Amino acid sequence: MALNGMQIYKLLPQKNCKECGFPTCLAFAMKLAQGNVEAEKCPYMSDDAKAKLSEATAPPMRTVKFGAGDFEYALGGETVLFRHEKTFVNRPRFAVMFSDAMSSDEVDRKIKNVNEVNYTRISEEMHVEIAAFKCEREDKDAFISLIKKVTDSCPKVVPMIMTENTEIAEEAVRQFGDKGPILFGANDQNYEAMVNLAKDHKLLLGVTAAGKEKLYELVEKIQKAGYKELLLDAGSRNLKGTFDDMINIRRTALLSGDRTFGYPTVAFVCDMAQDKMMQLACATLFVEKYASIIVLSDIDYSIALPLFALRQNIFTDPQRPMRIEQGIYKIGAADEESPLLVTVDFALTYFIVSGEVERSKVPAWILIPDAGGYSVLTAWAAGKFNGKSIAKAVKEFEVENKLKTRELIIPGKVAVLKADIEDELPGWKVVVGTEEAATLTNFLRNYKQAAS
Amino acid sequence: MAYKMPVQKYSGKINEVTIGNGLKLGGESVLPFYSFDGDIGNKPAIGMEIWDIYPESWPKCLQEIFKDVADDPAKWANFCIYNYSPDFICLKFEGASPDGLDRSPEECAEIAKKVAESVSVPLVIAGCQSNEKNAKVFTKVAEALADKNFVFLSAVESNYKEVGAAVGMAYGNIVAAESSVDLNLAKQLNILITQLGIKPDRMVMDPGCSAVGYGFEYVVTTMDRIRLAALQQNDTTLQVPMILPVSFETWKVKESVATEDDAPEWGSQEERAVGMEISTAVGVLGAGANAVILRHPRSVEVVRNFINQMTE
Ligand code: SF4
Repeated sequence: MALNGMQIYKLLPQKNCKECGFPTCLAFAMKLAQGNVEAEKCPYMSDDAKAKLSEATAPPMRTVKFGAGDFEYALGGETVLFRHEKTFVNRPRFAVMFSDAMSSDEVDRKIKNVNEVNYTRISEEMHVEIAAFKCEREDKDAFISLIKKVTDSCPKVVPMIMTENTEIAEEAVRQFGDKGPILFGANDQNYEAMVNLAKDHKLLLGVTAAGKEKLYELVEKIQKAGYKELLLDAGSRNLKGTFDDMINIRRTALLSGDRTFGYPTVAFVCDMAQDKMMQLACATLFVEKYASIIVLSDIDYSIALPLFALRQNIFTDPQRPMRIEQGIYKIGAADEESPLLVTVDFALTYFIVSGEVERSKVPAWILIPDAGGYSVLTAWAAGKFNGKSIAKAVKEFEVENKLKTRELIIPGKVAVLKADIEDELPGWKVVVGTEEAATLTNFLRNYKQAAS
Repeated sequence: MAYKMPVQKYSGKINEVTIGNGLKLGGESVLPFYSFDGDIGNKPAIGMEIWDIYPESWPKCLQEIFKDVADDPAKWANFCIYNYSPDFICLKFEGASPDGLDRSPEECAEIAKKVAESVSVPLVIAGCQSNEKNAKVFTKVAEALADKNFVFLSAVESNYKEVGAAVGMAYGNIVAAESSVDLNLAKQLNILITQLGIKPDRMVMDPGCSAVGYGFEYVVTTMDRIRLAALQQNDTTLQVPMILPVSFETWKVKESVATEDDAPEWGSQEERAVGMEISTAVGVLGAGANAVILRHPRSVEVVRNFINQMTE
């Protein structure tokens, strides 16, 4: 639990020696309580007091890491239950489930699927981040060779080693430790050995128990054993039960301020349904609330496109909306005679406009100037979307060399900009487009006819 | 120390609104699906979208399913009811669009009446792009379907007086207040509509929808804030069931409209489009939607399964 200034003051040496840079211990304590200064600034604090303080000032939910090199990821560290209260920070990561009980055909098919789903959406590379390996046959060699086969074929995945057999776990960790695997799972029986293994290799440790009460007791024991790099699983394998676990574990950490549950959680969507569309439904809910790892049976574009897109949206910082890169974008088989539209660099606006242009089936260009990442009216009001910024983009992206057209379609909402733009761009004619993107399709179809 | 489940206190409750003869929406006093906190109210409802004209602009894979019945809205509605058992049918008057067929309000009323007489479930009447035209269409349709308790999607800032007076006051139907992803505008419109004399349990709201990936964070956040205000701060102006026309949005985005020739690496267009529809529907249900409108039978089946598992 968080301590207030007075409680912290009692932990300090009370020498008022000023070495921390504050006039008194009390002043220092007040700053510590606000989290504006580090406890290390006082050289005279006892180790016991330091431990108490770092416990008290730590965030309610721990940030943990897994993976290695380019494929290292952070989970947890959330401070709010709803994104508008501040922001969500660490997006959930998606896993595909493998098992040593699967046929090699099935394994090969999943390997192919994992590798096929890899694309970029608004400057974010999308792919499955984790391959989960369930050890079901208790056959060490078969298990190790499965992990080897998949991680060799899918260089972008981090393994999640799933066995409660400490001997098999030890061998797997020895072989794949350099990939920063997740070690899953410590249970009531094996946790001492698992904790030691995780400690030795600095791994994220999955902790599993049947129900939140049992999980809570187990986490307390593991924390006492001195390990805090944890991923929680309260054992539910159906949709409704897992939802209960996700909500209540997160609320225990953030509302009750109880750090025993201040860790990220995993949702085994692969066990909730056979049908991939039902898995998509379950995974959608857990992207919103509040899984940090979501394990699917398999992946393809029909579930990846919505899931990765949803995740990108939900984990956007509300203070910094997504921006699309400035430039000139080609829609369909546009050529140098095709119509040219201009809109702002706010990603949502660009998406809606480009979607409507695509739907019209009229090949066209969309010019995106630096408009501050705002919507059309806001950017215009802020002076970021005007003749100057548009003319600058026309020059910067060499529109006059690339295209023969000298007509520029602007959003109907900023019709007032027509003269301003024409002043800045000699030789160009500005055409006022539609007020709403929804009617752009018709506009473009007719516009094309008028031009040709 | 033993585990203590956190307690969340709620002071408000969402109005229970009856659609048609007995389809109840809302009534919950906790966040969506939080059955561990209290009463989750009525199960969210699923509607299927049909049009008054043949849906030429729908992707081929979707047209294929309805092609034998889509010439006749009454047939189409019954085809959906018989095969997929939606809780309601959303009849959208795309043909009223001034940019298209520009069907007259009288003609729309005729069609609506025919459909209403032939179906066993409630109707949600939706309009076209033009809010001005919709006001006229809704007035005539509401008159033809007086006192049916059907929902009219929707009244917006520019036409709420006309729509509210006809649909809600004169002809005994239910007004849906539509705003565009903004808590304050949603609240303001709800207040304006109740000031016309419409009772709070005779209205629903559409806070604005988009497909996942298309600014969907604004949709979720707006809905979160509406529900938190309604339930935790007991803001009575926002204790209105929410209906989200998911299919109006998801079937026009790139992931759904790109054909297999356009994007060969993406695989089946139909599956992609269904995926976008399901994910968007669950996304808004998780944020508090009390009803969703869908097009594809597979989406209806999966979303229903999802709702059943979460509520039973
Ligand atoms: S350095 Fe430590 S002992 Fe000295 S004034 Fe600061 S808090 Fe007090």
